[in-house]
Amino acid sequence: MNDSSLKELGKTIRALTLRMVHKSRASHVGTCLSMADILAVLYGRVLKVDPARTDWPERDRFIMSKGHGAAIVYAVLAARGFFPSAWLETYCEDGARLGGHVTHKGVPGVEASTGSLGHGLAIGCGMALAARRGGEPFRVFVMLSDGELDEGSTWEAILFAPHHGLDNLIAIVDYNKIQSFGSVREVLNLEPLADKWRAFGWTVREIDGHDYDQIIDALSQESVEAGKPTVVIAHTVKGKGVSFMENQLAWHYKSPDDEQLTEALAELGEAR
Amino acid sequence: MRTAFIEALVEAAEVDERIWLLTGDLGYSVLERFAQKFPKRFLNVGVAEQNLIGVASGLAMSGRIVYAYSIANFPVMRCLEQIRNDVCYHNLNVKIVAVGGGFAYGPAGYTHHALEDLAVMRSLPGMTVIAPGDPVEARQATKAVAEWPGPCYLRLGKAGEPIVHLTPPHFRIGKGLVARDGSDVTLISTGGMLKNTLEAAELLSAQKISARVLSMHTLKPLDVQAVSDAARSTRLLCAIEEHGEIGGLSDAIARCLAEQSLKCAFLAFNISVEAGSMIGSQSYLLDRAGLSAEGISQRIVEILKR
Repeated sequence: MNDSSLKELGKTIRALTLRMVHKSRASHVGTCLSMADILAVLYGRVLKVDPARTDWPERDRFIMSKGHGAAIVYAVLAARGFFPSAWLETYCEDGARLGGHVTHKGVPGVEASTGSLGHGLAIGCGMALAARRGGEPFRVFVMLSDGELDEGSTWEAILFAPHHGLDNLIAIVDYNKIQSFGSVREVLNLEPLADKWRAFGWTVREIDGHDYDQIIDALSQESVEAGKPTVVIAHTVKGKGVSFMENQLAWHYKSPDDEQLTEALAELGEAR
Repeated sequence: MRTAFIEALVEAAEVDERIWLLTGDLGYSVLERFAQKFPKRFLNVGVAEQNLIGVASGLAMSGRIVYAYSIANFPVMRCLEQIRNDVCYHNLNVKIVAVGGGFAYGPAGYTHHALEDLAVMRSLPGMTVIAPGDPVEARQATKAVAEWPGPCYLRLGKAGEPIVHLTPPHFRIGKGLVARDGSDVTLISTGGMLKNTLEAAELLSAQKISARVLSMHTLKPLDVQAVSDAARSTRLLCAIEEHGEIGGLSDAIARCLAEQSLKCAFLAFNISVEAGSMIGSQSYLLDRAGLSAEGISQRIVEILKR
């Protein structure tokens, strides 16, 4: 996918997500928008995946450890043809396939179900280790939230991956600086975050998580140091792309009403 | 039982290269023979049970059959949510092995008394729960879970348990084993209680009470047929387990009796809250909990006198 198509994909999945949370009155739109550009790069360029062969053994694995960002994961999977876009219209509805946290049950393209924070990186470690010891070529990408770094289990995995030289493992921190009940700085400060990962033995790439060139560069195979896992600390803006949602804790919970949806889509250059 | 476990696991791993063994930094002097033979399929994740189950899940999602080993409550409770969400929801081939069920680590104290594990594991969707009765059953169960699809919990004793089955029985997951025949009462034991239960049956026979003994190594799925046969052919059913009062073998059997409208006297032998927090050897603690052979037989005799 070329650069302008990637950006178009980022816009498309933002718009799909806004429509989904509007219709379902669901939460977590802010956390979806903050990683939209990273997901666009992953699914548009980086991940070796094939919608027609979701059980292809050599496919790259993507684990959405921050499972509450489900809407935009489903949006990007639908946009890339893993399942029909019509499924998005029933997001969170009675009897729907697609719920408010990422599930693999009946959803092609989802590797692991998540929703309770602190599970994804350990699973990613297991997959990366299987590839390493089995001589399999795939890479494993795990998307973490900043709030998720409060979980002790995440740090168990952070300790584990460098010890086992898992250079096929790439963690991404969607560092939008706002967690469930306040700013990260106020709730439980993570800084100096890059130093912490570095001290644990990871290669650290700090980027602007909305700059496509920087995302592409950080997630490329060329960025990997042999024998070390990579973490991409992506500085992002919660609610990115919709001015009235940006950096607002409330949009961790609220869903846009009719008027707000129209306004938000207009900002993205999309008609209602 | 742990020796029987590791010997059986090495044998199974020789013929099935999908088998891995992970430990949470426990198993000194036990797991080495696997680690030396299959270094690429062995992993000590360190003292990190949540990561133990998470990594096991990632491996299982990549086609491996993963035995995750630790002792007492450690591979059950600290990592319970990983077992529920990662292992059970994905229906993974992760076999959780807890050495030291019940009071096996008695002198170590409350933290090491595994008395709620069966209840917790039974409640999880898709989890098969097995507590072998002696080293022979432990060996067979270890191999059986490798072939049994999906999540399994294997609760083992520790070391030095006597061999009860002098010839290997026909072990099948979900099918209880008759360890002794009898016609008056049926004693259904799970896990290492098999030894005391058989001794209790012997004491009962001296009192002219004929006791059948069933080794109910699989708690889930329960052998409903064996329970209903016992309820129909003997006049008292006893569930005997080295476990707390809620959620273990006795609750499973009581539910089975109620659901099938089986009218049969029923006695539960398990461990009270008070006994669970005492300190002492396994035999001392079992005695205090009324689970010695004498304790079991005396209570049955008293009930039958009424």
